[in-house]
Amino acid sequence: MSEPFMDLSFELLAGDFERAGEASSKIKKTLQQIGVSADIVRRVAIGTYEGEMNVIIHSYGGTAKAHIYPEYTVIVLEDAGPGIADIELAVQEGYSTAPDYVRDLGFGAGMGLPNMKSCSDCFEIASKSGAGTKITMRFAHKKA
Amino acid sequence: MQDNYFHSVKFDKEQCRGCVTCIKFCPTEAIRIRGGKARIIQSRCIDCGECIRRCPHHAKRADTDTLADVGKFNFNVALPAPALYSQFAPAVSREKIFAALHRLGFDAVYEVALAAECVTLEIESYMKRRAGLKTPMISSACPAIIRLIQVRFPSLIGHIIPILPPVEVAATEARREFTRATGLAAETIGVWFLTPCPAKATNIRQPVDVTATDLSGAIGISSFYGEMKKIIGAISESDIAKARASSYGIGWGYAGGEIRATGLVNSLIVHGVKEVADVLEQIEMNKMDDVDYVECLACPGGCIGGALLPENRFVAEKNLKLRVRRLRDREPAGRRQTILGGREIAQGNSAFRHKTIQPRPIMKLDDNIVIAMKKVGQIKQILAELPGIDCGACGSPTCASLAEDIVQGLAAETDCVFKLRQVVNALEEEMSKPPKNARGETGTEE
Repeated sequence: MSEPFMDLSFELLAGDFERAGEASSKIKKTLQQIGVSADIVRRVAIGTYEGEMNVIIHSYGGTAKAHIYPEYTVIVLEDAGPGIADIELAVQEGYSTAPDYVRDLGFGAGMGLPNMKSCSDCFEIASKSGAGTKITMRFAHKKA
Repeated sequence: MQDNYFHSVKFDKEQCRGCVTCIKFCPTEAIRIRGGKARIIQSRCIDCGECIRRCPHHAKRADTDTLADVGKFNFNVALPAPALYSQFAPAVSREKIFAALHRLGFDAVYEVALAAECVTLEIESYMKRRAGLKTPMISSACPAIIRLIQVRFPSLIGHIIPILPPVEVAATEARREFTRATGLAAETIGVWFLTPCPAKATNIRQPVDVTATDLSGAIGISSFYGEMKKIIGAISESDIAKARASSYGIGWGYAGGEIRATGLVNSLIVHGVKEVADVLEQIEMNKMDDVDYVECLACPGGCIGGALLPENRFVAEKNLKLRVRRLRDREPAGRRQTILGGREIAQGNSAFRHKTIQPRPIMKLDDNIVIAMKKVGQIKQILAELPGIDCGACGSPTCASLAEDIVQGLAAETDCVFKLRQVVNALEEEMSKPPKNARGETGTEE
């Protein structure tokens, strides 16, 4: 496969709702500039946004990275913990551990992980309770 | 820019002072100042009229048809937008307005508000078959918004309701009605939209939603308003045309009128082109999929805020809302009965869009993705060196757009006044140094 052409990286702070959405909107703009089709850009943006929100809501902070290749984009969301105890349960629709104040903001409906899974071509999650979580999503630029 | 675009928004070099007002307000970053004058990038312009509204020097205008063009036809029908009524106090009856139009040279009048009622019913029935709809559906009434979606939000094209805007339905109905009534050949009848905005005028010459329009042209309301105002006081009501549209059709002239007419409960009303762009962004992120319908209008307040309307936007809103309320007092109780009110409506597919709306993306830097990626890298590098204050003095709306223009070969780094100052300072320093060679070799100074 070709060399990684472009890497974008964004710091995500726990509880920083003011800047939430910045990573996904910048990644979205870059993909639009390189000419990725609108529907795929939309899926990347949605998946990244969900991931960004997850890190901000549930973790101690982390990073969002985009590795952009001519044929596909890989989004990696990594955080410093506290990790997910039961991944099987976490990827089920409607399951959420979000605190009330977050739900009051309109987030934390338990759709984050399922949405990320359904909008990406390839979804991987690695996590351990007490450690960090790493999510990798892959999006082909052309429909298979 | 390989395609040729027609635009109604035209710009007057003489009047332009090269200030940065228009480039700052353009929702698609379609304007640059080059050589001290504004230039519109044709592929990006959506004819929203924001620059016309904002220009302090009146250097932007809409190139619409005028009353003089009416002379080309034997028989002429005026299609007043509901927003025309907003330019007059509610005490001025529609029959009086029609009589004034008659005096201005039109032989007949067909209210766009009447067609809006037909469109209302089509939307209502379309939205009833909920299953499988891409929610939220987006109103198709505002041509500037359709163009905004084409250039900035192409992934939302499938959300636009596939029903024609009222003006197109009005044109078809008017042409049919007056061909029948006069016995004239359809092509000898002039059908003229009296328009509150440049976007509607553009859609006639370059339609995005119809394969062939039934309109002959669009005449900007501001172009004949003075004339009309002069004669309307002295005029008496004539029987040139009866006011047929109900309060629901007329209400389409202000933001929220379409939703009110269709009775769609789970809906949202958004007006002002920047606000609409914001909401489209959210729709694109799937954050609005639990809303059924969104009425999006580019002008603040809806069509009554159109750039080709002379009256103050709030006076216009007051005028139209009062007119609607007074009319409503005399109408039957139910919304549907009122809209249907003794009128046969050509139910069928007459109001359905017959052309697929095409994307017109403007963000792509190059057709070759590898080159485009390189350009993204270059833009990032250049941007890091720019001051980041988005002053617009270079002629591009933001530092980011200047960086993009530089990479695309459309601007130079020294267009930035801060960059230029650095270069001049460096040059000055260089110049003030005594020439090295002279001193080194001869050592004869002093």
